[in-house]
Formats: sequence, structure tokens, C-alpha cells
Amino acid sequence: MTQILNIKNLKTHYQSEEGVVKAVDGISFTIGENQVFGLAGESGCGKSTLIRTIMRLIPKSASVSADQLQFKGKDLLSLSDVSFRKNILWQNISLVPQSAMNALNPVYRVGDQCTEAILAHTDLNKAEASNVVERLFDVVGLQAGLMKAYPHEFSGGMRQRAMIAMSLVLRPELVIMDEPTTGLDVLVQERILRNLKEIRQKSKNSLSILLITHDISVIAEMSDRIGIMYAGKLMETANSMDLFNEPYHPYTLGLKNAFPSIKSLDRELISIPGSPPNLTRNISGCLFYERCPFSIDICQEKPPQETLVAKDHIVQCHRIEDVEKFRKLAGEKETWQFSK
Amino acid sequence: MRLSAITEFFSFQFKTIKRSRFGIFGAMILIFFGIIAIFAPLIAPHELWESLRDSSGKLAILRQPCLEFPMGTTAMGRDILSQMILATRTTVIIGLTSGLVSVFIGANIGLFAGYYGGKLDEVFMRLTDIVYGMPFLPFLIVLISLFGRNIWFVIIAICCIIWRTSARVIRAQVLSIRQRQYIQAAKARGCSDLRIIFGHIMPNILPLLLLYTAFNIAWSVLAEAGASFLGFSDPNNITWGGMLYNLWISGKIRTAWWWFASPSICIILFVSALVFISRAYEEVANPRLRQR
Repeated sequence: MTQILNIKNLKTHYQSEEGVVKAVDGISFTIGENQVFGLAGESGCGKSTLIRTIMRLIPKSASVSADQLQFKGKDLLSLSDVSFRKNILWQNISLVPQSAMNALNPVYRVGDQCTEAILAHTDLNKAEASNVVERLFDVVGLQAGLMKAYPHEFSGGMRQRAMIAMSLVLRPELVIMDEPTTGLDVLVQERILRNLKEIRQKSKNSLSILLITHDISVIAEMSDRIGIMYAGKLMETANSMDLFNEPYHPYTLGLKNAFPSIKSLDRELISIPGSPPNLTRNISGCLFYERCPFSIDICQEKPPQETLVAKDHIVQCHRIEDVEKFRKLAGEKETWQFSK
Repeated sequence: MRLSAITEFFSFQFKTIKRSRFGIFGAMILIFFGIIAIFAPLIAPHELWESLRDSSGKLAILRQPCLEFPMGTTAMGRDILSQMILATRTTVIIGLTSGLVSVFIGANIGLFAGYYGGKLDEVFMRLTDIVYGMPFLPFLIVLISLFGRNIWFVIIAICCIIWRTSARVIRAQVLSIRQRQYIQAAKARGCSDLRIIFGHIMPNILPLLLLYTAFNIAWSVLAEAGASFLGFSDPNNITWGGMLYNLWISGKIRTAWWWFASPSICIILFVSALVFISRAYEEVANPRLRQR
């Protein structure tokens, strides 16, 4: 399978007054052709910084380094800003931004905003461009007449779908979706997710999606492969089925507990105590140490390495051997009631 | 397409102004002055500097308004109505030119300073601070005494000074707009900086731009009248302020009421018409005003 996006050891550090904030600290993953990669994690774990780094939308003060940052084998880091903007952005990698509700310029008609990218990047004329947009509006379930409307006339779900249509106008091979369903009611969420699946089925070329959300259920529904992010690091990366059936990392186990399951509705939800560590602190061991019920001394001393535990299943944890025991214990409330 | 954009723009202006009664009043006054300014040489009954004689052949000096001289005459026997009509033209030219040019300068400085921030912002804003420290009249006097009395130097002097307010206000607005999600989205779409500045930020501050255009025109008319009254006007082009200056040096300011009434009333009408219109734009820029 050809790789669309290949990231190895990506780091984004911000310089702040309290010290260096390691917002993204050594992340590696790949996205294959036609694959949906779901990235989940708590707020503030660096998800948005990660995609902004990929799309070069972070402030210049941030320092970015990576062993590899490739799009279809092409190195992105060595590209100049101008050629990145002209050749990669939107044509190859497009974005459905977080809170797409406010991502439409209020003074332009929605259709005009969608055609803008086509007119700027290709030779198509206005009529051809609006044909493209009209077709995509149809795909996401918006009437063609709505192209003439202004953003304030749209509901939240309609705006979200307009943003998705806009992200597809140039047939990019990778669409990054930053929380595409946050703030929408479940019916609209469902419709948007269904739209997305249809789009992927209908699309002739490969369409990979990097889906970012803190909603585990959305990830479970959509993704082929999932990465669990915590404090700027990828704790566990695996194919969806494996991650839900055989999770290895205690954080993943905890996350699973924190979401209601439709199979056992009477189950009490258990949350993970504490909050993510301050990213300016220099932590020598595992970043999850303070909130982990299964930690031992080594967890505090040495950062865990990425370990391949099964096929395509990568985990950063010292205690992989005892995972069977943890899976049993993690379902009990008492396990998570501890203090360090 | 272009044409429809232009008609759309003007119908928006019309709708905005129509919304407030003061706006309609202001627009009517402005249109009136505009027509006079355009056709001034055609409608003025007499030459600008012509000394007139009445039907009996006597020099018509300091006549009160009457049938023959509807606005009276000056101490040199010149027709005030003709002077008023031609002065309207000069005033409108000065007001429009310096108003538009100053907003153009101020808007660009505000947009670039606000959008790029950092060093460019620092340089532009310190420049604005320096201009804020410059008093208008002494600056004009220096300029005129260096280059001579000419209406273009008056315009240049006005433009050099009044862009400062618009630059500051527009920068402040740009600072807030550039943080909005849709600007980020435009960046992600691969828009260049210039496209973002003029295509995405500027349309959002358009009401503010129009408001400051109206303000700046009003301010330049006032500034010009003040400068002319002090004797810094172009001797070849009469303005309302210049008429008052002529009255002042003739020493008849206490007795010839018709001589100072007409230019003063015109200055008041013109400036307040612009303020009324800017008020109508302000209601777009600041919707809270509408409730009053």
C-alpha cells in the first residue's frame, strides 16, 4: 500500500515564558491510501498543533523538527512556504477546520467561497468552478440553490457540510478533519458521517482522511486505524478492531471506560483521575505516570519506547507483559481510585 | 459580473443611508452640493473677480441681497453668489481628494500593520504616533511658505495629517478579524497574504472604511476652511474659507452679514451632512446604535 502521509518523530515546541512547551513531542505514524486515520485524545494533548504543523498554520515562533515528514514520498519540510502554499495546500492536503461554524467568511456567499480555491489553484473558469461546487454540494446533501446564500443563513450542520464540500473541491488525496462533528446534535452528526462514507465510496481517486476528535464513538465508526494521543505523544497506534478489542496501554483502557457502551447501558462510567501534565515540565519518565494505576518505579525513571506488540500495533508502555491482568482490573472502579 | 458588483455596492450604500432619516437629509445636501460643483462654471452668473456695476452704472459695492445680486456683493463689488458657486467646486474637490487619499493611506497602513504585526506593525504605528504629534496648522504654514500657496499643497498637508486616525482604528479592527476562524481557513486554503488582506479582511471592515471616508472628508473641508481663513489658500481658487478671509481683511465683518452668512452656512451644512451620513454608516458598524 502506498503511503500518503509519512511522519516520523515530529516535534513542535513552543517557546513560552515558563519554558519550552512540548506540544507535539516525537510523533510517528503513517496514513495509507484510502485510509481513515483517527486521532483521539483529551483537550490540550496536541492534536490541533499536530495538524497545524502539517499544514504550516502554526506561528513562526514555534520550532518544528522531524526525521521525516513526507506526502506521497515528497519531503514537505524542505519545501519553501510559497511552493507549499501553491502546490500542496488544498490541492493535495485540505482541511475541515475546527469549529467549521465560524470558518466561513460572513461577507461572501457560500458558493463564492467554495469556488475561490478552484479559481486560485486551477485554470477553470467561473462557470466550470461553480459546476464542480454544485456537484459537491449535491454529494454532501446541500441544495445547489444554497450556493447563493450567505453563511449566516445556514444552520450549523449545513455550514459543516459546506466546509466538507469546500475541502473536496480540488480532489485532494488527504483531507484533515479537525473535530468535524463537535457541537452538532447527534442526528446531524450521523448524517455528516454517512455523507463522509458515501463520498469515500463514490470518489474515484484515493481519499485518505486524518480524523481528529475527542469523541471515541465517531472515531470507532469511521476509522481504519486509530492513534491515541496523550500529552504530545502517541501512546498507542493500532487498527481499529485491535485497538478496541485488545487495547494495551492503560490510558486506552481508561478511555474505553469513560464512554458509555450500548451493550451494557447500566455500566457505571469510570473516569481517569487527574489531568494531563503541564507540558513545560521536564518529565523524565512516562508522561502518563501520575494518572496510571499500574505504574511501577521504572515508569517514573525512563520514558517508554515504542514497542510493536502485534501486527501494526504500536504501544508506548513499560508494562506490556501484564496487559491481560490490566484489562481485567481496568473495568473495576476501585482500580482508578488511588492517589500518588 | 463587474458591473453587477458595482450596482450592488451602490444599492448597499443607498440602503444603508436610507435607513436613517439624518442619512437621507445628509445625502440630499451632498447631492445638491455635488450638482453645483459639477456645473459650477455654467451656472455662475458672473466672473469670479469681476467688479460689477448696477443698472445705473454705479459700482455695486457691499450691496445687500436684492433681485440683481441674490446674495449681495463684496467690498470690491464682486457677486457673492458666483463666488459661492465656484467655491463649492473647489471645496468639494479638496474634500473628496484629501478624504479619499487619506483613507487610502490610513487603510493600507492599518491593514498591513494589523495583519503582519511584529516589526512592520511597530514601524507603522510609531510613524502614526509621530504624525499624531504634528499640529496641522504649523505644518501647513511651513509647507506653504516653502512651496507657495497652491490648493494641491493644502490637499497634501491635509492628507499627511488625517490618515492617522483611520490607520489606528482600522489596525485595531484588523487585529481582531485576523484571529477569526475564517481567516485561518482561508490560509489553509492556500490564499496568499495579499488575497487574505484585500479579499477577506477588507470586506469585513468596509462599513468602518466608509465611515472614516465620510469623517475624513468632513475634517478636510473644515481644515481647509480654517487654513484659508488664515490666508493660506490658493489665490487663484476661491473657497468658503477664502471668502471669509476676504471679508476679514476688508474690515467689514461686523456690518456685511450677507457676506459671512452664506459661506458659514455652507460650511456648516456640508460638514454636518457628512457627519449625518457617517452616522448612518456607524449604525452598520455598530448595530447597538440602531436601538436608540
